[in-house]
Order: sequence, then structure tokens, then C-alpha cells
Amino acid sequence: MRIKRSSWSIPYLVFLIIFVVLPLVLIAIYAFQDGQGHFTLANITRFFSDSDSLGTFALSLEVAIENTAICILLGYPAAWILANKNLNRSAVTIVLFILPMWINALMRTLATAELFNMLGITLGKGTLLYGMVYDYLPFMIYPIYNTLNKMDKSYAEAAEDLGATPFQVFTKVTVPLSMPGVTSGILMVFMPTVSTFAISEFLTNNKIKLFGTIIQENINSSMWNYGAALAFIMLIIIGISTLFQGEDESTAERGIV
Amino acid sequence: MNKDDIIINIEHLCKAFGEKVVLDDINLYIKNGEFVTLLGPSGCGKTTLLRIIGGFTSPDSGRVTLDGKDLSGMPPYERPLNTVFQRYALFPHLDVYDNIAFGLKLAKVPQKEIDARVRKVLKMVSMSDYEDRNVDSLSGGQQQRVAIARALVNQPRVLLLDEPLSALDHKMRQDMQIELKEMHSKLGITFIYVTHDQEEALTLSDTVVVMNEGKIQQIGTPADIYNEPVNSFVADFIGESNIFNGTMIEDRKVSFIGHEFECVDEGFGENNPVDVVIRPEDVYIMAHTEGAQFTGVVRTCTFKGVHYEMFVDTDCGYELMIQDYNAFEVGSTVGLLIRPSDIQVMRKERTCNTLDGEVVDANHISILDAEFECPVPEGFSAGDAIRVEVPFDQVDLLDHLEEGVTGGNVHFILYKGDHYHLQILTDCGEYLYVDTQDIWDKEDLVGVAIAPSAFKLTKRNED
Repeated sequence: MRIKRSSWSIPYLVFLIIFVVLPLVLIAIYAFQDGQGHFTLANITRFFSDSDSLGTFALSLEVAIENTAICILLGYPAAWILANKNLNRSAVTIVLFILPMWINALMRTLATAELFNMLGITLGKGTLLYGMVYDYLPFMIYPIYNTLNKMDKSYAEAAEDLGATPFQVFTKVTVPLSMPGVTSGILMVFMPTVSTFAISEFLTNNKIKLFGTIIQENINSSMWNYGAALAFIMLIIIGISTLFQGEDESTAERGIV
Repeated sequence: MNKDDIIINIEHLCKAFGEKVVLDDINLYIKNGEFVTLLGPSGCGKTTLLRIIGGFTSPDSGRVTLDGKDLSGMPPYERPLNTVFQRYALFPHLDVYDNIAFGLKLAKVPQKEIDARVRKVLKMVSMSDYEDRNVDSLSGGQQQRVAIARALVNQPRVLLLDEPLSALDHKMRQDMQIELKEMHSKLGITFIYVTHDQEEALTLSDTVVVMNEGKIQQIGTPADIYNEPVNSFVADFIGESNIFNGTMIEDRKVSFIGHEFECVDEGFGENNPVDVVIRPEDVYIMAHTEGAQFTGVVRTCTFKGVHYEMFVDTDCGYELMIQDYNAFEVGSTVGLLIRPSDIQVMRKERTCNTLDGEVVDANHISILDAEFECPVPEGFSAGDAIRVEVPFDQVDLLDHLEEGVTGGNVHFILYKGDHYHLQILTDCGEYLYVDTQDIWDKEDLVGVAIAPSAFKLTKRNED
């Protein structure tokens, strides 16, 4: 008997159902139940009436936006230098930028925390941002580098031919044409930082609580329903932000690694 | 010629990419308002020359002047030139209007004037209704028009065009050729056009510059280039041609394909070897043989639309391509005649291979970075610098690289009526010229062997 080609996808489908769809459904169910399993909206309303939770949420967004902005400011020039054949002649530098990604993020974060302790730097928002940028910068550099590297050189030459100085070529052609890379860089940095908790735990000694932290704390202390509701709200918000940035999906794809 | 008429002057321009020499001492002047085409096969250096004029590549030596002013070191954005790029390079993030207005906005031209100039140039390329269109939604031909408009709107002194029509299909290419020609005569600015398409070059240009291997082969009007090619490369590259080895017996008398012909060429000396070019449409073909200079048998006859193309085997065993409005039956004997003015005689660039090397021992010499067997005559000793001459027909080409003493690939093929004249680029980077009856294709890898008796050695002074 011939096996249909589409049958090969069945194992993946099963995997996806068990490990992606089912957990999501469970989160949704738990979010709308009280401890006894009755339907309720209380978990959701509790979040919106709890100033602590709202504050944490606002702080998380703020940190995520700051982290993303710093990553763009540092990552764009880095990517541009890497993609510029005159400035960067070897592939080694690119590997060096990606190398940190080979080491577990948790280990790097712990090591960074130890470093700060040793240097006597007080842990706080500064160290938190430092850790986040350190962890997520490669995710910003790589998609931007990719679009810049693949960009047809003739665009820059055409602009120069039409009278643009190298700086004008950069602002009027290179930057606009590399926006798809920046967009996917933002997606890859912003979304995970909203939900991170490990970095804030280790690099601020839990002084600063992020949204990810309170979800983790609720679940750890068996507050399944409220934890699920918070996770659910976060999913919705991330989903909305994806829609926002992914409106031009065809161009965004070009930037993804 | 009036010196003021010259807009661009190119002097002793040289450029090499690594080991490969791309431009070798190029000298060329371009007159104001002229339509000049740089024509040659891929890799001949024509695009590099255009890029140097545009300022995108800097030459190793030599200079380009515009209106007598040296352009060396001047970046592209300061040059009063604009380029139409091969693949258009329209900015995908801007619409048609903004693409065209790009240069004007940078030059801080007032918005009202930008509007007027963009509209005018759009009208000129018949794209008036496309202002707001996204460039990705345009066809190849439309993108081409926008690219031309984007360059012309800046009113450049010289427009550079880098194979602008190569991405279009045949019919559209012909239409665009006519439009370009009209634009050129209407605007009166200088066009420098790069192409590998000889038909395009002949159709468009006032002056054609034929290039090969980084050197200018010939500069002239399309008619000059076609009717009086200076060497077998130009003759073969421009149009269809029959190229034969011949001997100039005396002034106005040349012998080739086994017969003697009257011709109009002088000054080639007596009994000197020459190349002879006969265009296929210049051979008179008749069903009767009286009054003919020589005869032949029609081997094939193909209808080509306007004319018939026939291959005729001549009485002395040469193959001749003939184009005529009348068809002649395959297998029939025909009379053939060539008028003196239709015979184009060209000096031979070389009559044998001349290679530099040295003596290894009594039985071996080293040339082309390889050791060849050769009985070294008296008077030569090991280590002597020598110059070696090898006749074209004494070089053997072998199917397998390993079988040869050295190897190479077929770089250029010329059919000479009864044999092929090949240019072989050997592994060491030198050229070897070979006459052979065997059929090879361009880029074929071959082994090279030379019979020990073929070498003629002379001493060479080391300096």
C-alpha cells in the first residue's frame, strides 16, 4: 500500500495538538474557572482591579519597550557593520556575535549576576536592562544583518548616482529597505521580554517583579486559575502586538532568519 | 574635428581585478550629443569601463575627463551623469513618482518644479497614468521606462545605460530601441550604451566601440564596423561572416579558398598571410557557371524570412555561407562570384604561437608552466631563456585533461571555411591558438600536447 505524502505530517500534528493546542486550551479553561471548577470572570476582573498586577504589567511593558529600543540602537549599527564588506571581511566576526546564543541563557544570566555581585554593583533596573539587552541583542542583530546582507547593492549605487551622499543613501534607501529586518527583530526581542521572569529574578534579586514573575509565582503557589488568567491576558496582548507588526507579513518574512 | 565637441575623454585607463586585467590601456573620446555603444562579449570590460565613467569603480591608472575636467576621485553623486542600471534598481519602498523625484528632492528643487519635471518626463516615456503605482506592480518594460525617466529627469550631461534592454523579450526590446533612439535625438544629450548584442549596437549607435579582452578592437560608425572590420574578432562578432585564411599576392590581388581574386586593398605587402572576410550577402550565386569565378555545390538551404541561407561546398573544398533572395536546390552546382569591393582583407594578428620559456635539459623545454619533450638543438644549454614558435596546426587537443602535458579551455572559436581556429586559455593563463578539424564547444576542457618536432627555438635576451 502506498502511503500518502500528507500522512507524514501526522506525527507532527499529534505533537502540536498535545504540546501546543491542548495547553492553550487548558490555560483558557482554567482562566475562566474558580477553584471548584465553576465558570467565572472573577480571575480576569481581579487582574483589572488589582493595582499591583496592573503596575507590574505596565512595568513589564515599559522594560520590554526600553529593551527593544536599546537593542535597535545597538543592533542596527552592529548589523550594518557586519553586512558591510569593506568593514567586515571575515565570517568570524558574525560567528562571534552569534556565539553567546550557544550557551544557555540561564547560565549566562547567573554568571552576569555573579559578575555584578563581585564588582559590587547594586542589582536593580539598570542591571535588569543590561541582562536583557545582553540576552536578546543577537535576536535583533541577526534579522537586520540578514536583510542588509541580501539587499541588492545596486539600490545604493542608484541612489548615489542620483546625487545622494553616503549618509543620504543610508537614511533614504538603506534604512527604509531594511525595515522588514527591524520588524522581525522587534518581534523576536519584544515578545519574549514581556514574559521573561528568570532575568528579573536573578539580576534584581526579585526586587523588580515583571509580569512573567507574577505568573510564575501564582502557579508556584498553586493559584492555578489566577495564574492561567494572567497568562491568558498576556497571550492576548502579545497576539495583538503581533497583528500590529505583522501587517506586512510578506516583507517581514524576508527578515526572519 | 573641433576640440570643444569632446565631452568625455578617456586616457590610458587600466584596471585589474586581482590577477585578471579587465581594461588594458583604454583610450577613447566621446563627442557631445553622440550615441556611443560599448560592444563586446561578456567579460570584455565594457561594464567596468561604464562603471569607471559613472564613478562606481576607480581605475588603477589613467583618467576620465568631462568637459576637460578630471573626474578622478569624484564620487558618483557629484558627477553630472546618470545611469540606467541593468536590472533597473528602482526603489521598492517608493512609488513611481517618488522614484523619479528622488534626485530632484535631493537637489532641493522646489516642489512645483519637481511636479512639472516629473510629469514631463513621465509623458516622454508614455507612463503618465502610473505616478502612484508601486514599482513592483509594473511589468519589465514599464520598470525600464521608469528607470530611464528617473535618470533623465535630472537632466544629466551624459546618460549611461548598462545593458538596459537585456531583461526584455525580443519584440519589446525592438520597440524600446526605437524609443531610445527617438529620445536621444530629441534630448540631444550624450548616451553611452553598453551591450553584448551587436544588432542593438548597429541599430542604435552613431559610434560603436568594439571591445574584447579589455582592449578596444575597433571604433567606427556601424557601417564601418560592419563593412570594414579590422580583424577576425570584429568580423566574427558583428553580423554573419565567412572568414578565411588568405595570401595577399600583391596590391589589389588576394588568394583564398583556392582561387585568386581582385580586391581593392593595398599596402599589405607581397605574399603575406592575411585574413579575408566575405559577408554572406555579398556572394553572388547563379544557377549557371559561365562567368563565375568559381563553382560550388549547395549543401543546405534554409528559409530565414526575408532571405534564404545556404551553405555551399566550393570546388576547392571550403564551406561558404551565402544569403540570397532566391533559393537554390540542394545538390545543384552553382556559379559563384565575389566583387572586389566586397572582399575585406585584414592583417593577421599572428601567424603562429609565440611563447616564452626556458631549456630544461637536452630533451625538454619548459613553456606554459609545463615541461614539453623537444630535441634541443646545439648551442642551447639548460636554463637558457628561449622564445618558442609553434605553428597553429601542430598543437594537439585531447579529450581528457590528464592526457595532455598541460590543460586549458576553449575560449573563442572561429570557423575558417575548412577548419576551426581556436583560442585556448591554458591553465597558466596564457593563450594558445590552434587550427583543428575537430569540433569543440566554447568552455570545453581540453588537454594540450605538442609534437616534439613542432617547436622552433630562438634565444631570448633576459631583460
